[in-house]
Amino acid sequence: MAVRAQFENSNEIGVFSTLTNSYSLVAVGASENFYSVLEAELGDVIPICHTTIGGTRIIGRLTAGNRRGLLVPTSTTDQELQHLRNSLPDSVRIQRVEERLSALGNVICCNDYVALVHPDIERETEELISDVLGVEVFRQTIADNVLVGSYCALSNQGGIVHPKTSIQDQDELSSLLQVPLVAGSINRGSAVVGAGMVVNDWLAVAGLDTTASELSVVESIFKLQDAQQGAITGSLRDTLIETYT
Amino acid sequence: MDYQSVFGATAAAINGGATPLSSTAQEHTMATVLCCNCGVPIDGTSGLSMCYDCIKLSVDITDGIQKESTLSFCRNCERFLRPPSQWVAAALESRELLALCLKRLKGLQKVRLIDASFIWTEPHSRRIKVKLTVQSEAFNNTIVQQSFEVEYIVIATQCPDCAKSFTVNTWRATVQIRQKVPHKRTFFYLEQLILKHNAHRDTISILESKDGLDFFYSQKNHAVKMIDFLSGVAPIRTKKSEELISMDTHTAVRSYKFTFSVEIIPICKDDLVCLPKKVARAAGNISQLVLCSRIGNTIHLLDPFSLDSTDLQPSVYWRQPFTSLTNSSNLTEFVVLDIELTGAEKGRIAMADATVARSADMGRNDTTYYVRTHLGGILHPGDTVLGYFLSNANFNHDLWDTLDQRNIADVVLVKKSYARRKKNKGRNWRLRRMAKEYNEMEDSAAMSTKQRQMEADRIERDYELFLQELEEDPELRSTINLYKAPNSQNPERVRPTRPTKMEGIEEGEEPVADADGDAAMEMDEGEEVDDDDDESDGSAPDVGLDELLDEIDELTLEDAYQSE
Repeated sequence: MAVRAQFENSNEIGVFSTLTNSYSLVAVGASENFYSVLEAELGDVIPICHTTIGGTRIIGRLTAGNRRGLLVPTSTTDQELQHLRNSLPDSVRIQRVEERLSALGNVICCNDYVALVHPDIERETEELISDVLGVEVFRQTIADNVLVGSYCALSNQGGIVHPKTSIQDQDELSSLLQVPLVAGSINRGSAVVGAGMVVNDWLAVAGLDTTASELSVVESIFKLQDAQQGAITGSLRDTLIETYT
Repeated sequence: MDYQSVFGATAAAINGGATPLSSTAQEHTMATVLCCNCGVPIDGTSGLSMCYDCIKLSVDITDGIQKESTLSFCRNCERFLRPPSQWVAAALESRELLALCLKRLKGLQKVRLIDASFIWTEPHSRRIKVKLTVQSEAFNNTIVQQSFEVEYIVIATQCPDCAKSFTVNTWRATVQIRQKVPHKRTFFYLEQLILKHNAHRDTISILESKDGLDFFYSQKNHAVKMIDFLSGVAPIRTKKSEELISMDTHTAVRSYKFTFSVEIIPICKDDLVCLPKKVARAAGNISQLVLCSRIGNTIHLLDPFSLDSTDLQPSVYWRQPFTSLTNSSNLTEFVVLDIELTGAEKGRIAMADATVARSADMGRNDTTYYVRTHLGGILHPGDTVLGYFLSNANFNHDLWDTLDQRNIADVVLVKKSYARRKKNKGRNWRLRRMAKEYNEMEDSAAMSTKQRQMEADRIERDYELFLQELEEDPELRSTINLYKAPNSQNPERVRPTRPTKMEGIEEGEEPVADADGDAAMEMDEGEEVDDDDDESDGSAPDVGLDELLDEIDELTLEDAYQSE
């Protein structure tokens, strides 16, 4: 299921929220509209947690996480950390990371098995990522951009990368991630796909400006179609995927 | 699991979200993305997320440009306002108008103008439509071209110049030029000088009145400029007077009208002058009886018997003014019977002794006169020459009476006379004229219709004489602008070099020879008889084509018709 939503008039919902298979984080805002959209979709399945990170609302860009864990930057206060520990399931490990590149959401892009990280990230952080999130870590760039978290949206089913990514790069990335990738845009042509949407294995939320054709790409690559459409999903998905080895 | 597949474009279209790049097309490495708007596959490496068609549809680069504007137009002088304050003449659908229109548009600097053209509109609609094509960068390195129309509303206003011209008494300064001589040739020459040097540019009106012209100006310094010009070209004396129009007693600000009275020395070229003894002494002991040979900002005097010459400054003249003895309207025609150079020369003039007889005496008596002349260089036996016949003259002039009558020559030869062509015929050049108003207030009461007609005839005769003088004097010609006459396009016809003796035969052939023997020419034939009377040896000098200027604005449809 792919839906469109807006966070307080901003289409960049990936900035203000994080979505994984076992929990979701939403920034504290004046309006609860965005929270309502998530709540309607996720309901009682996974907990949705209102939080700030270091007093800011850009939690999607500051944190990185998957089903097993959550990484928060050093700017996170103790209260916020405590609040997260109380809200999230016990199975989720929460770890504060002493990293110079503190916008973890921008420099880390992960699903439950693999993570792509900024090439300049510290050695200790890399180890933390693989420990806490239980993933293999690869230092990569996407279309010559070092901010892999901003230019890639990834789930266990597939991923969308920056529209300028060449086919060789897509090949290389998809062989690392072991999921099909597609170059695409979000929010009516925006290249920052990581910031324009959040995705887990059964839900994608994109900005309100996202066009129908962009949303159909999202649904295809993340395998989000409803069950009855499953018959054509396979073929549809085939058409999207450039290569997958 | 192998996701590789080969599929057609139709499948991609149905799926809508597909990226139709088969693995067989691996050689070109660009990734295909879908246009975010219409879903058409495009090259992702260009950095665009929308296909070109969608960009064209969704982006309006003419957004910041005015689609409607106004032009101020003066209905009287048919000029357009070029802000802030310039009024320019521009025809409809002309380049000038297009430039003006484009300059009026705000926001046009942000885009690149590719093309601009007028769309025809009815002139009465007071609307001007311009179609513009502009280019601009829509996203990064995407150039979008777009055409649009701009409508201009032509607002009729009155320009300040016209407003001023409709208001009476707007002048602040006037220059009144006067020369107290019975003919107008000086003013004809002055008119040409003014036209050549564009000295009348600031003039708001020109009024012709008895013995001269009045120039009106809106500012005093314009008048002063005119006087500076005049003092450079003519021997003048000026007098300034001012009239108080109003005064503000609080600030002591006054406004005046200024009148400059300019008097030109009443001596013209070819006049015979009798100098006062003192003046003659001061000018290098020149003879008292001299000819005026040239007028510049001084008077150039020449003694025809000794070739002495002198320049008389206006300041010297006005200390002791005198009038000329007689002027060129009293010239008598003589025939040169014999001429003998004495050998004395001064510049281009050569002294000679000539035996002449009055043309009127030819065939009546054998009276001849043996005279000394300065025209030795150009006279030949058989030529006709114009001169003052002093032994027959009766001057009423004080200075003349003081001269020793025994030492005065019988005849003073002045200039060679040429056979005159028929009036206005074959003249391949013409002059520009200034638009002058006639001062009716002064004359209408005093003059009857007949008198006025005579006055007009006299002016016309003076003008013809002035034109002849120009033809005879290349030096005079070089100081003014001559223009090609519109009907003398054919260079063969420009210079009819024919001996005067053949005139009779020539005229018989004329209707055949002249391609455009139009009605005006036929009328001239009638006048021939009396014109031929004063024709004698030597054809009139012609003006060379190289001296003439084209008059571009005079090229009319009529010319095109004639050349067909």
